[in-house]
Amino acid sequence: MESNDKVKSLPERGSACEGNFYPEKNHKTEPGMNPRIQRLRKLSVEANPSLSIERALHETAFYKENYGQYSTPMLRALNFLDHCQKKTIYLGADELIVGERGPMPKAVPTFPELTCHSVQDFHVLNTREQQRYTISQEDIDTYAKEVIPYWQGKTIRERIFSHVPQEWKAAYEAGLFTEFMEQRAPGHTALDGQIYRKGMVDFKKQIAAEIAALDYLNDPAATDKAEELKAMDISCDAVIVFAERHADHAEELAKEETDPQRVAELQKIAEVCRWVPANAPRTFHEAIQMYWFVHLGTITELNGWDAMNPGHFDQHLAPFYAAEIAAGTLTREQAKELLCCFWIKVNNHTAPPKVGITARESGTYNDFTNINIGGINSDGKDGVSEVSYIMLEVIEELHVLQPGSSVHISSKTPDQFLNAACKVIRQGHGYPSIFNPDIYTVELMRQGKSLQDAREGGCSGCIEVGAFGKEAYILTGYLNVPKILEITLNNGIDPLSGKTVGIKSGDPCGFESYTELYEAFLKQLNFIVDTKVRVSNYIDRMFAKYAPAPFLSVVIEDCISKGKDYYDAGPRYNTNYIQCTGLGTVTDSLATLKKHAFESRTFSMEQILGAVAKNFAGEEFLRQTIINKTPFFGNDDDYADDIALQVYQDLLAAIDGKPNVKGETFHLNMLSTTCHIYFGKVMGATPNGRFAGKSISDGTSPSHGADTHGPSAVIRSLTKLDHSMSGGTLLNQRFLPSLLKRDEDIVKLGQLVRSYFILGGHHIQFNIIDTATLHAAQESPEDYKDLLVRMAGYSDYFNDMNADLQQEVIERTENEAF
Amino acid sequence: MQQPLIFDIKRYAINDGPGIRITIFFKGCPLSCLWCHNPESISDKPQKMYSPDKCIGCGECVKACPNHACKLIGDGISTDSDRCDLNGQCAVVCPALATEISGYYKTIPELLKIIGKERTLFDQSGGGVTFSGGEPLLYPNYLIEILDKCGKSQIHRTIDTCGLVKEEILLGVAKRTDLFLYDLKLTDSDKHKQYTGTGNKLILSNLTALAKTGADIQIRIPLIKGINTDQKDLSAMAAFIAGLAGEKKSVSLLPYHATATHKYQKLGEHYLAGNLKEPGTTDLQQAINCFSAHDLLATVGG
Repeated sequence: MESNDKVKSLPERGSACEGNFYPEKNHKTEPGMNPRIQRLRKLSVEANPSLSIERALHETAFYKENYGQYSTPMLRALNFLDHCQKKTIYLGADELIVGERGPMPKAVPTFPELTCHSVQDFHVLNTREQQRYTISQEDIDTYAKEVIPYWQGKTIRERIFSHVPQEWKAAYEAGLFTEFMEQRAPGHTALDGQIYRKGMVDFKKQIAAEIAALDYLNDPAATDKAEELKAMDISCDAVIVFAERHADHAEELAKEETDPQRVAELQKIAEVCRWVPANAPRTFHEAIQMYWFVHLGTITELNGWDAMNPGHFDQHLAPFYAAEIAAGTLTREQAKELLCCFWIKVNNHTAPPKVGITARESGTYNDFTNINIGGINSDGKDGVSEVSYIMLEVIEELHVLQPGSSVHISSKTPDQFLNAACKVIRQGHGYPSIFNPDIYTVELMRQGKSLQDAREGGCSGCIEVGAFGKEAYILTGYLNVPKILEITLNNGIDPLSGKTVGIKSGDPCGFESYTELYEAFLKQLNFIVDTKVRVSNYIDRMFAKYAPAPFLSVVIEDCISKGKDYYDAGPRYNTNYIQCTGLGTVTDSLATLKKHAFESRTFSMEQILGAVAKNFAGEEFLRQTIINKTPFFGNDDDYADDIALQVYQDLLAAIDGKPNVKGETFHLNMLSTTCHIYFGKVMGATPNGRFAGKSISDGTSPSHGADTHGPSAVIRSLTKLDHSMSGGTLLNQRFLPSLLKRDEDIVKLGQLVRSYFILGGHHIQFNIIDTATLHAAQESPEDYKDLLVRMAGYSDYFNDMNADLQQEVIERTENEAF
Repeated sequence: MQQPLIFDIKRYAINDGPGIRITIFFKGCPLSCLWCHNPESISDKPQKMYSPDKCIGCGECVKACPNHACKLIGDGISTDSDRCDLNGQCAVVCPALATEISGYYKTIPELLKIIGKERTLFDQSGGGVTFSGGEPLLYPNYLIEILDKCGKSQIHRTIDTCGLVKEEILLGVAKRTDLFLYDLKLTDSDKHKQYTGTGNKLILSNLTALAKTGADIQIRIPLIKGINTDQKDLSAMAAFIAGLAGEKKSVSLLPYHATATHKYQKLGEHYLAGNLKEPGTTDLQQAINCFSAHDLLATVGG
């Protein structure tokens, strides 16, 4: 029945309407609740990402004049203040929530202190077909004259690469791991509820008290603390100035404005910007604007990974909403309009592009702000409120790329909310993903967080957990686990380059048992992890010393009381994560070797490795036997699942608990984002029948096409792993719309989610899409410009993906009929 | 006890009864409906299914067959059905799953283990196990034993039946069944015989008897354009269903579709119904109206 529907279920919506299963509207307007939102959305969706050199020019001039006169934290804070005083203020027509990082929507600044784009980088960015960032020749010339010469040799990236050991370079170049911090500053930060109770003026008082209490007699760190605290104080002033300038601008615009309604709105904006962020917000509108100024402050100060994240935004806004609804000063519609304005603001903030890029490693405009909706409160009660439902409506109606959104379904979350979320998922935009607070609270507590801090935690960016507002949880990079097996099977040599990248672990053809093979794999695994950790620790210190983030430190708890920076163990908790990718691929490959080379002896090790080496050319019999006659991960088959469990436990043993430079430890999570595609590119064929260059499995999902027993078997395989030992796992499940036709099907999708979570699952996300749609989108991209697809931890536009990513989406197992 | 052959086990089955279910398909059916979507369900013997597009022409099955029934022709395989004794060696060695044997045995403990694995989903969704086919009631002893065991484990039990069995078997099974999905095609016995190979007297009398026991019954009707979509046939069925004892039965309409053609090809058979027409939206709406005229709720799918 379903396959027939596949033919018929071509997109029901026109391209102007985004998403592919959204009922066709009768009117021709753009999506959005009213004309204001429709116009703002249109402007945001249609704006082309561009590069702004304004920040780099301000910063370079400031450094030229002031470098050497201040301590590093002070220099950073004064530089931030200087930029906030000078930067172009944008206040667009229709806007209610104001503030842009660049001079206009989707104009992205550069951060030459971290990584300085070359002239060639700009030309690539300006001309490449996907993820293009426009920049004028004039700006490139200015950059070449003013910015590049000053920063050459001084960027964090260059400092890192000039110090790393040879074995790290070899492994890095082979694609055994990536390193986040060579492009952007440590981020993945989410906030708690503090900024809704305290304004910058309150933070300044707290800072002043800490400075007054410094003990220069007994505390050897007192001087450093003083510099950091003074820097924090200045950075508070910087965001207040930034807001005041918006107030001034709004008042000027009000004078020229003829429409009395807009005049009132502009006056309101001015009033709001004079109050927040200096003071704690009093209204729903001020609360959103408060967060937005803090968000902009953190992403202007530095370029942290995953931008910034408001955390449990609905929970933070709920008290303001309830109070104003009760007082009659806000309607539901007004609240929703303000949230729409906020959503569009986030969508205006395209991720800064990397340097030296070929768009291979990660290709997206997404900056990974992820709004957590629902979940549990810090006191353990259900966190769903009317604001949560409004947010779901906003997501469904706007369906923009950013921000990402996730719903958090605890055992206390009402089915009504879960079903409402599943209805949004059915629309096929890829949002929201679904998380299990009952398990991630345990994950966080196992890492040492208090119960309350754990409950206030959640997921920023993709799937990684942290104690919101109280933790620096640094994602250090992805680990290519299948590649580690690849070098094991080549005795430490990368077969693609012929270079030695691992250690000598023995000739695999000499191994007499699977145990011997597995032990060799473990040796390589430990060697590679140690190589990575050594450099991660080094990089951590580089940021602490040369690129502190005093403003971010203001809003993350305990940095002020410790007098220490966010990057220097200031937060209450300090975690480093390594993201392990490709569990499915490595499990299936090991299962293949175990079964065929050691147990049933269908093929010898030489035969399998020989076939792998020639990418299975002329070896179709062997390859078909392997893919059809081997137990693979994701089918609730203990043969394969036990191997996955063993690998997972050994990854934990290799990573979990390793000391970091902040007196705390490393943990792992099982995230891949789009890195499984890059990792696949740098690999030859694998024993599980995967061809060279094809992407490896994502997160903890089964390999593409390996799960043939339906989603119930997948969730059972996945939950044989103890998710509470990780800092997040990732499960992608693709559903065709035919499985979600009726409202009762939606309810059953929710019940599948509940089942997974009861069994201990951390995260699940659904791509509701059909292959015919995707093929059609590949053939006539212009008709499907707005096709939003969920990809391994975030959503992206299908047409913004490269051909590899598109192919990947198409190949995912279709859960059509089992 | 006659052991049933199973030809499919479908997990996350959301159209075979309440909640999320696992559906077990038994091989063998007393009817042979022209439009049957699962042709491998009709015979109660194992059958060889061959997909030429999957075949890589390796010839392993030719070597493996003790009866020399397989022959390599071009880049595919042909099977001499006179020589083939369905020993299944060809399927064992086939690397590409091009050759498969439809039908395998599971002992009751084995099947219970498979069903039990879905427990969390059952508990969360109010789902359970559905026995379908073919015709599960062809294997009453096996079925009754597994139904009793499922009942003991508090697993919801659904039987999908065509109703063509001895009344005492049906009523015996009914004592340990929570829901029947009872298939009706036509009320006109001659027409029924023409399209399914047998008359429907027993099917109708069984349904009447089953309804009298107070069993929970949902009626399923495959809708095939030109065969049972005209007003007369639909009204007759509606009137019959409306006259059944107990609460009003809900009706699920299952529109015919032509996707089974490739399955017939795999069996080396010709799909006689391959060129029948799928009912359109108007047909479906008319059918729904026809049932509501008899105060019956009919829905499409299910």
